[in-house]
Amino acid sequence: MSDPVSALGGASYAGFATIREIGPLGMITLRAKGVKSLDKAIKAAVGTKVPAVRRIEIAGDKACGWMSPDEYLLILPYGGVADALAAIAAALKAEHHLAVDVSDARAVFRVEGAKASDVLRKLMPVDFDRLEPGELRRTRAAQVPAAFWQADGGFTLVSFRSVAGYVMGLLQHSAQPGSEL
Amino acid sequence: MLILTCPYCGIKADETELSPGYEAHLKRFGPDASPEEFEAYMFARKNPKGVHFERWRHAYGCGKWFLAARCTATLEVFGTYPAQVGEPPADIIDKIKARRPDWKGYK
Amino acid sequence: MSTRLAKGGRLIDRTAAMDFHFNGKVMRGFAGDTLAAALLANDQMLMGRSFKYHRPRGVVGSGPEEPNALVNLGRGARLEPNQRATTTELFDGLEATSQNHWPSLEFDVGVVNNYAARFMPAGFYYKTFIHPRPFWKHVFEPVIRRAAGLGKAPTEGDADRYEQAYAFCDVLVVGGGVAGLLAAKAAADAGQRVILLEQTATLGGRTPVDEADIDGTPVDTWIAAIESDLRARDNVTIRTRTCGFGVYDHGYVLADERVADHTPGDGRPKHRLWRIRTAKIVTATGAIERPLSFAGNDIPGVMLASAVRDYVVNHAVSPGDRTVIATNNDSAYQTALALKAAGLEVPAILDARDTATGALPEAARAAGIRVLTGRGIAKVKGGKRVTGVAVCTQAGEGAVLEEITCEAVAMSGGWSPVVHLFSHCGGKVKWDDNLSAFIPDASRPPVNHDGSPMVSVVGAAAGCLSLANILAGLRDVSGKTAIRLPDVCQTPDGSVSIPPVWVMPQGAPIQLRSKMWLDYQNDVKVSDVQLASREGYQSVEHTKRYTTLGMATDQGKLSNINGLAVLADSLNEPIPQVGTTTFRPPYTPVTIGALAGESRGEIFQPLRRTPMHEWHEKSGAYFEPVGLWHRPYCFPRAGETHEQAVHREVLNTREKLGLLDASTLGKIIVKGPDAGRFLDMLYTGVMSTLPIGKCRYGLMCNEQGFLSDDGVVARLDEETFLCHTTSGGADRIHAWMEDWLQCEWWDWKVYTANVTEQYAQIAVVGPNARKLLETLGGMDVSKETLPFMQSADGTLGGFPARVYRISFSGELSYEIAVPASQGAAFWEACHKAGASLGAMPYGTEALHVMRAEKGFIMIGDETDGTVIPQDLNLDWAISKKKADYLGKRGQARTFLASPDRWKLVGFDTLDGSAIPDGAYIVADGTNGNGQRNVQGRVTSTYHSPTLKRGIAMGLLKHGPQRMGEVVEFNTIQGETVKARVRDTVFFDKDGEKQNV
Repeated sequence: MSDPVSALGGASYAGFATIREIGPLGMITLRAKGVKSLDKAIKAAVGTKVPAVRRIEIAGDKACGWMSPDEYLLILPYGGVADALAAIAAALKAEHHLAVDVSDARAVFRVEGAKASDVLRKLMPVDFDRLEPGELRRTRAAQVPAAFWQADGGFTLVSFRSVAGYVMGLLQHSAQPGSEL
Repeated sequence: MLILTCPYCGIKADETELSPGYEAHLKRFGPDASPEEFEAYMFARKNPKGVHFERWRHAYGCGKWFLAARCTATLEVFGTYPAQVGEPPADIIDKIKARRPDWKGYK
Repeated sequence: MSTRLAKGGRLIDRTAAMDFHFNGKVMRGFAGDTLAAALLANDQMLMGRSFKYHRPRGVVGSGPEEPNALVNLGRGARLEPNQRATTTELFDGLEATSQNHWPSLEFDVGVVNNYAARFMPAGFYYKTFIHPRPFWKHVFEPVIRRAAGLGKAPTEGDADRYEQAYAFCDVLVVGGGVAGLLAAKAAADAGQRVILLEQTATLGGRTPVDEADIDGTPVDTWIAAIESDLRARDNVTIRTRTCGFGVYDHGYVLADERVADHTPGDGRPKHRLWRIRTAKIVTATGAIERPLSFAGNDIPGVMLASAVRDYVVNHAVSPGDRTVIATNNDSAYQTALALKAAGLEVPAILDARDTATGALPEAARAAGIRVLTGRGIAKVKGGKRVTGVAVCTQAGEGAVLEEITCEAVAMSGGWSPVVHLFSHCGGKVKWDDNLSAFIPDASRPPVNHDGSPMVSVVGAAAGCLSLANILAGLRDVSGKTAIRLPDVCQTPDGSVSIPPVWVMPQGAPIQLRSKMWLDYQNDVKVSDVQLASREGYQSVEHTKRYTTLGMATDQGKLSNINGLAVLADSLNEPIPQVGTTTFRPPYTPVTIGALAGESRGEIFQPLRRTPMHEWHEKSGAYFEPVGLWHRPYCFPRAGETHEQAVHREVLNTREKLGLLDASTLGKIIVKGPDAGRFLDMLYTGVMSTLPIGKCRYGLMCNEQGFLSDDGVVARLDEETFLCHTTSGGADRIHAWMEDWLQCEWWDWKVYTANVTEQYAQIAVVGPNARKLLETLGGMDVSKETLPFMQSADGTLGGFPARVYRISFSGELSYEIAVPASQGAAFWEACHKAGASLGAMPYGTEALHVMRAEKGFIMIGDETDGTVIPQDLNLDWAISKKKADYLGKRGQARTFLASPDRWKLVGFDTLDGSAIPDGAYIVADGTNGNGQRNVQGRVTSTYHSPTLKRGIAMGLLKHGPQRMGEVVEFNTIQGETVKARVRDTVFFDKDGEKQNV
């Protein structure tokens, strides 16, 4: 086993906002609906409650986001995925669900700075002024799917790994000095 | 460019976040279908000027398919609803009837 | 001559002089000038040549409606053709050249067209160059194209960058004149989130030029006050230099912000395209003055009265010492007064009306200006510059009553409300007899997603042409500051009346009508539209296309109504009966750069990279696009052609060891108690019986029965399957699965997850494949433990791995999936461990050659959306027992079950050559179009380095029954290639190499 490498090896860019590729980050797709032990499984895996529609529950370096009526995104340190999967399996036992490691299928970016939202406003058909606290928004960044939420004075943005270079290019283009909205 | 509200996640989605999926409420006809039934299922799609029911997928969002009732002439949207129904819900029908008294019904 | 006045100019800063170049000549202007104003200030009235007749042309307008003053702006990588001088803000160092002339603006050879003008009426090109047919493409078109055309297309890549942005609001106001400002304030007062767009650099619209005060406050003061009030509010955003150019469905508006047009090279994006979503749109886009149609109305120095006023008041530019006014309404009298106030002469006002008794005419008379009613212009005198006008009675046929010497003519034929944005999305306009103009029909607005009116119109755009009308309509009766937003449209109060004057004089003979320009830019005259009508054109849409009226870059902002009126008159029908052309976005031309936004260069479209992409790049891979992925086609070595590289890669893999980056293969987890049942519906074969740890090849069809995707399915545990899809098919097949699960079988307990990108997948292929895995160590990959079509989890060389023993090459082969984050390291580890085993990377072309040698089909080669598995002799992969699967009913249709289908066979060319891609197998005789009949086509064709000759697969009518027969493939050269029909497995028929 070698050290896991994120898609862009931690690339960064300083424009009017700062862009950083972070990760690798542990991520689990959990699909389940109407199963009685869902709250236990999520609690056991990442220590949060079940998020409401379009919300993300954050607890330290772990989180659980609502992705669809039967899908959650569990976020945790990279090394903890196997244990979390085991905890989910134990909690849900025979109940119908799917839990799968998607840590390596994703690229994660941080967009930070006073005008960080200006970077994303150029790429996403999203009304940033009407975002709700703790909202996880799935949308597109220009031509590719993306999800983001606000935390720690910036935005965390998730895309697919294969298009990490494209997303970095978009963020860089949009954050160029002098192009604040 | 349309906006349709996803009934699952509540987002007023921009058309570019959606992918279209032709006529809603089609009944699948399988191996035992007569040529006429299969033709109707596969090819004889409605294309009205006026009230129409369509499938849309919130492709860049929650990934769920939903159904929309909309006027193809004015683009007025009467409502969106989850795909797991055999026919349009009563409240949508009522709304369409209120807005389009001449409407003949969805069949 | 036109010149700068010593005093005045509300928009210019005389302390900030700016040097610029026009046709190489250095000129001087001031900050706040437009290029047109600065050119006039330097006596450069001649600004271009017309499109068809190369007539000398000067500026007509002062805004986006300008048809004549188009220039090439900038040079090299910053050259932009067709830029309107009237909307180009002057900056220091600006470089512009005039267009459509040769060798020079002053002396243009193309002007011979002008003298031949009477031989080049409407439809001239259509009529003249239709025969002989082949001449058009090779003779006429190239010559005409060289002679015509406006600006020069730039040859270098654009040095600037562009971007787009999304914005959301409750009320979007387009237009920052008094009406727009009041509407924005009304909406803001009501707590709405407001965006106000103004296409110029300053707010206020026409009012600061046309009026002295608003409620006793000087106009500029009033505007500054409301602007600062709005800017101070959190719920209001004002964007100047931003043109709202298109209104689309459900409150979607596009706007072009000219961020850095006036500060080129300062690092900011040149333009920003705004995509605005709003609940309600208020257009306050004003009105555009119309020209009058009199002979010589295109001679430089003839300008719109409003433009003359703008240049005098805003820029302190005089169009000439003496300006004659020609009008059919009161507004042009303001121009006379403004000229007079600037100390210039107005020899006469020629008013086509019989009487002129309003306040403005009276003021003009009081100022000592000669007002002649019932008079018009018989003819403008001059060539490259106005020298005078001949006066006639409007009611007559043009007999000259007197001649007046002058340097400029200011004309007003009335006003056309800018109804474009109201109309873009279905709003209807109606003819207003009092204004002789189309105004928005408040009863038929475009509607929003909820069926409510989407666009309201205020101010001059609604036909409210007086300030009093605008103010009254936007205010509450109770107080001056209370303003109400109209639900739909403001209503004209009837205070302004504009009689129809479409031709001047009314009875002008053809000699005059053929010199009356309607569309300046496309050189369409009154006589052309009348000719079209005589030739039978009755629809305005057809007439427009025949004469090209309104089809230039200004989209007929000045000419449409005049042209329509002339047509209606010729047809002897009322204007509303003839109708108007459809207004379509964009309102003004938008540069392609803004529309493309960030989608350029590296990020033109998403490029999908595998974890090993960087290694491939460093190793000199030649890439090919597969969907949005870039996959190595081959890895050429120094001095190798691609073909040589492919051959080396094939032979090395067959003889030693090849490594393929197969990460792009789709991988979808399907899990649940009903997963087997679901896959049995999805695939033509049976998947539910697949034992755990085993792999099975499967085919997926659409409901019509046509083959859509294929791949190997592995069963991971009782409830879990991993489905491989084609590289291009992962997202599509995942969506297909979800579609059926969500919309048809929503009670089935199945979840799917697309894990394509979670894994890097490497195919280890060739006689030494097992040795490589053993060298890496960690798993038993022997024939006994891991036989063909089986998978196992474990570690290889310390990497967590899932190993599939599957083969797409006919060789001993393993596909190994490792976490993507370790993909690059594992790939390198394989190369390192394989160095002594002859390991080489191979690309997609070697993969294709090897699969073709083995007769394996490829989705997209053997299939094209009209091929069913049975056509490819894949009946073995179709379950006969299953009651149903997707596509089963479709495949039962008679034409698909016909024995006459083209079916897959192999071909050996008689001469050993490779059949050209796309070749058809010809049959006897010809079809109804005189084309050779065909009986089949090639689907895959390669030169096989293994067999050292061409091999091919293809579909042939009755193919499998025709083994040994010789058929002929056509080629582009018209010759044929003979080939013998054979089976599709060219190499290692018994699978001895694979099953070791």
